Amino acid sequence: MSKERIKIAPEMFDIMPSEYQDLVERATYGNENHRGWKDIGTSKELIEEHSLCAGCPESMAFRYILASLPAPADTVMVGSTGCTSLVFPHVAVHNIHSLFGNQNAIASGLKRALSVRFPGQVKDVVVLAGDGATVDIGLDMTLQAWFRQEKFTTICFDNELYANTGGQESGLMQKGFVAKMAPVGKTFEKVRLPEIARESGCHYVVNCTVSKPNLVEKVIKNAIYVAREIGPTYLQLYTPCILEIGKNSMEGLQEMRDSEKPTERFAYKEYVSDHAKELLTEIAAKEKERKAAAKKQLAGKA
Amino acid sequence: MATQTVIGTQNKVGQTIADPWKMMHEADRTPCFFTGSEVIKEAIRRANCDVMIAYPITPQSEAAALIGELFAEGYIGDYFRGESEFAVMSECAGAAFGGARVFTTTAGPGTMRAMENFPMWAGARLPIQMIVTCRGINSPLSIQPDTLEISYLLNTGMLVWHAETAQDFFDWILKGYMVSEEPDVHLPLALCCDGFFVTHTKDVVNLTPADMCLPPYDPYRSPVPCMDMECPPVRMMRDPFVMKSNYISYATHASWQQEVWAAVERSRKHTIRWLDGMVEVDNPDADILIVASGTAVSQGREAKAVLEEDGIDLGIVKVKSLRPWPEEEIREATKHAKHIIVPEFNVTGWLAKEIRATIPNPDRVYAGPHVCGGMTMPPEIIAADIKKLLGIKAESLAGRGS
Repeated sequence: MSKERIKIAPEMFDIMPSEYQDLVERATYGNENHRGWKDIGTSKELIEEHSLCAGCPESMAFRYILASLPAPADTVMVGSTGCTSLVFPHVAVHNIHSLFGNQNAIASGLKRALSVRFPGQVKDVVVLAGDGATVDIGLDMTLQAWFRQEKFTTICFDNELYANTGGQESGLMQKGFVAKMAPVGKTFEKVRLPEIARESGCHYVVNCTVSKPNLVEKVIKNAIYVAREIGPTYLQLYTPCILEIGKNSMEGLQEMRDSEKPTERFAYKEYVSDHAKELLTEIAAKEKERKAAAKKQLAGKA
Repeated sequence: MATQTVIGTQNKVGQTIADPWKMMHEADRTPCFFTGSEVIKEAIRRANCDVMIAYPITPQSEAAALIGELFAEGYIGDYFRGESEFAVMSECAGAAFGGARVFTTTAGPGTMRAMENFPMWAGARLPIQMIVTCRGINSPLSIQPDTLEISYLLNTGMLVWHAETAQDFFDWILKGYMVSEEPDVHLPLALCCDGFFVTHTKDVVNLTPADMCLPPYDPYRSPVPCMDMECPPVRMMRDPFVMKSNYISYATHASWQQEVWAAVERSRKHTIRWLDGMVEVDNPDADILIVASGTAVSQGREAKAVLEEDGIDLGIVKVKSLRPWPEEEIREATKHAKHIIVPEFNVTGWLAKEIRATIPNPDRVYAGPHVCGGMTMPPEIIAADIKKLLGIKAESLAGRGS
């Protein structure tokens, strides 16, 4: 979509909602490929308010991800039922909620339709769902989309339980954790989806927390670029449910920091296929070139 | 892209995009001797479809595979085998959300497995067309014709039509898109037939020219935004309704459900126009009427011939559309009838229940005969039930204990 599409006719400007005016005037929409988490607070964001709990790390993750989408004006997001579905109605890119767990099936059909309708144009599809949707009820469709090499990114907000329904056991929960529906503690290990993703054909897989916005930006961009050109990519991001693990609103960040230590389950892990490595090297080289040219231009002006 | 501007131009495989009314009503027809599955393929060849998603289940597998051949020939934008019917129907939804004209086929247990998707399709106003080649759904396993699954589709908010013959199938697939894609309708269509009886038998079907096709789907005529980021996104709401236990939330959900069913009602005028009425009535002045849908209509016609030999006069009402439901038409057609016979290929008799709920003096309705699990319905058993109803002694039929 061209930025022209969202321009407001001058005669109508004053009657449009202030949020829309702001979106047109101060969004990073047209700044394709050069957006990032540093835009947060300096320009109109794709999300401002949310209906999550105060201090929920998922709300941070949402802001970093939306600020990092390389081409939001041509990105459609697919969600699922859960806490994420309470946020999507606030998000200013087209997004689809249909059922619980079918997000990768929806995204498969959507990506193919967009490829048929807009050949040769960038139309990124990004799935964002919780761990129950991704790993339990939707695992079949998660994996099958990867087997088929569907060209979209799957992001899993891993809070290691069913948060929205009140803290029940999920497949990504740690072994031994006592939760609703696991009254004597979970009896089996946390499902190793990042490894399964690699074996299922994902070209770029990262397991990390959302404690560092620059890292989130990097992995989001990489995952979307690789999905756009090569094939499926998977990000598993720890967004702890502070409510269900007994933390206070201000303790989410520390919980993530504690969980990303080298010996912990969210220590940064990355897999990049050879094909994806080539692409990312190429993109990095172009970006370096662009920055050098911009610097030169700036020096010339000075 | 306005529909009018593309008529007369060619699509990417060189078919001429036709005025759909002229294509269906005025263009030359060529008789062909095809199976129902082959007829589905021929209809889709002319439907200018963007995406078809397939999954094997008897008796629709052949049709689903034949459409794969159309994809290989370039007639369809994309085609793939999904992983289960639940996933396939979600993949169809994704493609329709993205602005594609979508087609799929399923049957029996597949329909049941996919069921969660259907009210979602209707609620999301996705004009997907799904062929349902009905078969048994109960345990023990049966792959044979049985129409019980249709009863589960009736309250999903989808349009539901029940084809009798392969000719119905050919015409209604193409006409179905014209009805379901109307901006004031924009709902999915379940186009049902009785598996095997229609899919696996050959019949003479009059086809429209293969070098003519429907105009492409225009997703910007949809009453809800197409999810392709070609129109400005807006933040839909500050507080998602799902979170709110208050009157506004309930009213929002209630009004949308009402709107879906209002759209089903609005499809009535288009359905009447394109299907030339929602029912087809033969000899409505007879005291005894058979009211049926699907191949039960064909068997009813045979029964009429059988009974005519005994001097018993019979009328036939063929119900084409189940949703919208032809309430007025059925009341009118049955107003003189003393006995209304509703033969069905299922054990519960859902059509008879619908008719009983529609007409005055519902005691006139005789729910039966019912065959299920793949049994055929010889016209003699319909005739025997009618004779019994009239107090005429009928010959004993083997296996029926009469």
